[in-house]
Order: sequence, then C-alpha cells, then structure tokens
Amino acid sequence: MSALLSVQSLQVQYGAVQAVRGIDLDVHEGEIIALLGANGAGKSSTLNALVGLAPASGGKIVFSGQDVTGSAPERFTSLGMTLSPEGRRVFGTLSVQENLLMGAYSMRDKAAVKAAWERVFDLFPILQERREQFAGTLSGGQQQMLAVGRALMSNPRLLLLDEPSLGLAPKIVEQIFELITVLRKQGVTLMVVEQNVSMALEIADRGYVMASGRIAASGTAAELRDSETLQAAYLGAE
Amino acid sequence: MDLFLQQTVNAFALGGTYALLALGLAMVFSTMGLINFAHGELMTIAGYILMACGLAGVPFAFSILLAIAAAVLAAVVMERIAFRPVRNASGATMLVTSFAVSMILQVLFQNFISARSQAVLVPEILSESVRFGGLVIGVNKIAAIATTIVMLIFLDRFMKHHRIGIAMRAAAEDFSVARLMGIRANTVIAGAFALSGFLAGVAAVLWVSQRASVDPLMGFTPVLKAFIAAILGGLGSLRGAVAGGFLLGFIEIYLAAYLPAGMQEFRDPIALCLVVLVLIFRPNGLIPSPALKAEKV
Repeated sequence: MSALLSVQSLQVQYGAVQAVRGIDLDVHEGEIIALLGANGAGKSSTLNALVGLAPASGGKIVFSGQDVTGSAPERFTSLGMTLSPEGRRVFGTLSVQENLLMGAYSMRDKAAVKAAWERVFDLFPILQERREQFAGTLSGGQQQMLAVGRALMSNPRLLLLDEPSLGLAPKIVEQIFELITVLRKQGVTLMVVEQNVSMALEIADRGYVMASGRIAASGTAAELRDSETLQAAYLGAE
Repeated sequence: MDLFLQQTVNAFALGGTYALLALGLAMVFSTMGLINFAHGELMTIAGYILMACGLAGVPFAFSILLAIAAAVLAAVVMERIAFRPVRNASGATMLVTSFAVSMILQVLFQNFISARSQAVLVPEILSESVRFGGLVIGVNKIAAIATTIVMLIFLDRFMKHHRIGIAMRAAAEDFSVARLMGIRANTVIAGAFALSGFLAGVAAVLWVSQRASVDPLMGFTPVLKAFIAAILGGLGSLRGAVAGGFLLGFIEIYLAAYLPAGMQEFRDPIALCLVVLVLIFRPNGLIPSPALKAEKV
C-alpha cells in the first residue's frame, strides 16, 4: 500500500538552528498518527514544513503521489492537506462565518462548499449559533473548534492538527479527542501533534516520538505505550 | 455660525481626500508592512492623465475614468517591478525602495513632461458655487464630499462582503494562516495595491479639481498628510485611516479659519502638535490595527 504522505530525510533549519535533522515518516489513508515529543523536539517545525510554512532545507515530501517539497503554503489546501496551526490562530477580527468562508477559499465547487458548511455546522452546532460573532470573542474551546472547522472547510484528505488540546479545560479536551475519532470515521486521515501523550496514544493507530529533531521511536500506539523510549524522549535522553 | 458651517464643509472635503489617501496607505501597510511613499506619485500620474486628456479634448467624465485606471495600473506595475522583489525584506528596505520609486518618478515627470506646473482643463461647473441659506458652497467641495462618501461605502462593502476583501482582512491579521487557507499572497498584495491605486486616482481627481494644475511634486504634500493621518488613526487600521484623515482635515481647516492672523505662519507646527497630543493619549492611534492587538496577546 502506498502512503498518502511520505516524508524522507526532512530537515528544517531556521538560521543557525536546525530544528528537524532528517526524519522519515509515512501516513497511510485512514490512519490517525500521533507525533509526540518534548517541547522543542521539532514537532511543530515538522508540521509547518509539511505545508510549506517552514522552509525544508533538505529531504523530500510526497503527498498523494506528488512531490510537494518546497511548494508555497497556498497550494496545499487544494491538494487536500491542511494544517490547523498551533495556538488556533483564528482570524479574531473576522466573524465565525467569515473564518469558515476563508477555510473554503480554495474550493471552486459550490456543491462541495455547501456540503462542507453542513458538515462543519453538524459537527459544531455552536459555530452555527455564533456565526455572526467575531472569532476573537469566542472561548478557547470554541476557537479551537473554529480552527478545526475552518481547516475542514477545504475538505482535506489529510488534516494536520498542531496541539489541538493545548490550554483547554479537561472536558473540552475530551471533546476534541472524540472529534478526532469522528473525523476518521468520516474518512479523514489525521496527524496530531499532542502534549497529552496518554490520550493521543489512546486514539492513534501509530505514533512517532521526536527528540532533538530526530525520530527517537516509532511504532503502533500499543508498542509506544509500553516503550521506555517514550519516557526517555520526554526526559531528553537519546 | 455661518463661517463655522462653511469651514466644516471645507473640513469634510479636505478630510475626505486625506481619508481616501490614508486608506490606500493603510491597505498596503496592513497586507505587506510597507509604507509606500510613492503613493503620491500615483496621484501625480492620474493628474497628468487629466492634463493630457484636457489637451486632447477628451470629455471630462471620460478622462476621470482614464486617470483612475492609470493610477490603478501604475500601482499594480509598481508592486510587480519594485516591491515584489523586496517583499520579504525588512520594513526599512521596503521604505527606502518606496522613496527610490517616488524619486525616480518625480525625475521622470520633470524631464519628460515639465518641471513647471501645468494647467489642467477642469469643467467650469466645478468652480461655481451653490447657495444654501447663508452658506456658499463650491460645487467642487460638494463633489469631493459626495465622492468620499460613495468611496467609503463601496470599500466598506467590498471589505465586508467580497471574498477578496475578506481575504485581505484575514491576511492583514495573520498572513501565514491566510496562505494556509489557500489565499494567494500575490492576489492579496496585488489587490491591496490596485485598491490603493484606485483610491489615489480618485483623490487625485478631487485634488486637481480644486487646483486645476499639476506639477511633478503634486502628490508629495497630500500623501505626507495622509501618512500623518494614517498614524493618527492607527497605522494599518482601515477605520483608523478614515478617522485620522477626517480629524487631520478638521484640525487644519479650523486652524486656518480661527487662528489669529499673526499666528497663521505656525499653522502646520500647531496642527502637528495637536496630532502628537492625540498620540500621547492614544499611542496606537484612534482605532488601533487588529494586527497590533494580535501581537500583544
């Protein structure tokens, strides 16, 4: 089975700092992949590099059979890969509705856009209720839902979620994890960067653990739960 | 009382022109962080088109359209040739680039057209005036105010309801995330330049209608004022630019009307002191830019 996303020896460099030092990973259609690791391990840099937000200084990214290494960020939504960025980054001065509209910006097919609206409002009734409200006035949990909803508006095949549960109340965190499994049932493949390791491994099929810009461990979620490498990666040992 | 009303009308007319120019500056600044000092030359280009059309006997209504179209085209070309290569450079690099563009254009005007001021044929109706009770209002003032209102409504609609307008607001707040949504950076930036050229073209028509002449440095003073207005309103904020433009217009006109004759020489410094006073109390301007707020959180 060929992978939906295949990354080979990806490197990311910011000036003199090498954030990602040559990693390989594969994501197959229908999977939930957890990308784990301590702060500064290079998880966010990896996701950003996948969608062209961070410069890949080496390596190759192949999505759905196409080499997309070095493509501009605006190309990825129409290819079917979208990132919901760390810290939500909703457009605070735009209404909820306008935020979602921007999520569908790259879509030309009107019927597909209509279906996307229905799907997002179905998943998040609260967004429909508050569609006229400025996104900046939503609570943290609602903003996270909006960020995910906005990413879903482009009908992605692969959705990258960067720290979707960060800073949210436990109850909301549970909702977010439940949402991830619901999305998978709807046919979305997901790669999730998470600091909540135990919950991430509960829903994920496979995981990668990063430490200092490298993959320190990988395997099925069950394997990783039992592995000592995971703990070592968080403690900073290699 | 009549004098006061009269001056208020003048203030609206002048402030409206400043507001249109400041809006153009704010649009470009909010999307790419560039303070475009060559904005004034867009006005001058539109002014010369009006002059040429007058000489060629083109009907005024049609020459207005040509002048505005020329300003839009010049703005887009300017972005493509001069600013796209330095798009990711620092603000200082872009600012210096805009000075260079401004100066190159001024020199071209001086050498290929004339260093001296040229007369522009303006329909006589514009220099007539209308009497409202005790008020005598120039037709050109009425036209300026009406145009400003129409333009502000149009822009408000565009930024609120058109997908490119919404995309421009999104990009002004968070450019990277806007690109993630599939909003092309080139579309947003070229769009901002085209709109700023449109506004500069309209402002030029209003400016020239009051003066009936054009010279190579015509755009400099109004754009400097518009820049002050944009800062007064909150740099990068569109509503702020409008508020700042009107406030500056009011300050200038009332000072011209009510300052004692002996102090008229100090009108501009006094106006600037008032601007500084406002900024002391509202350092980010009257209506701060949303991007500014986002950075602080």
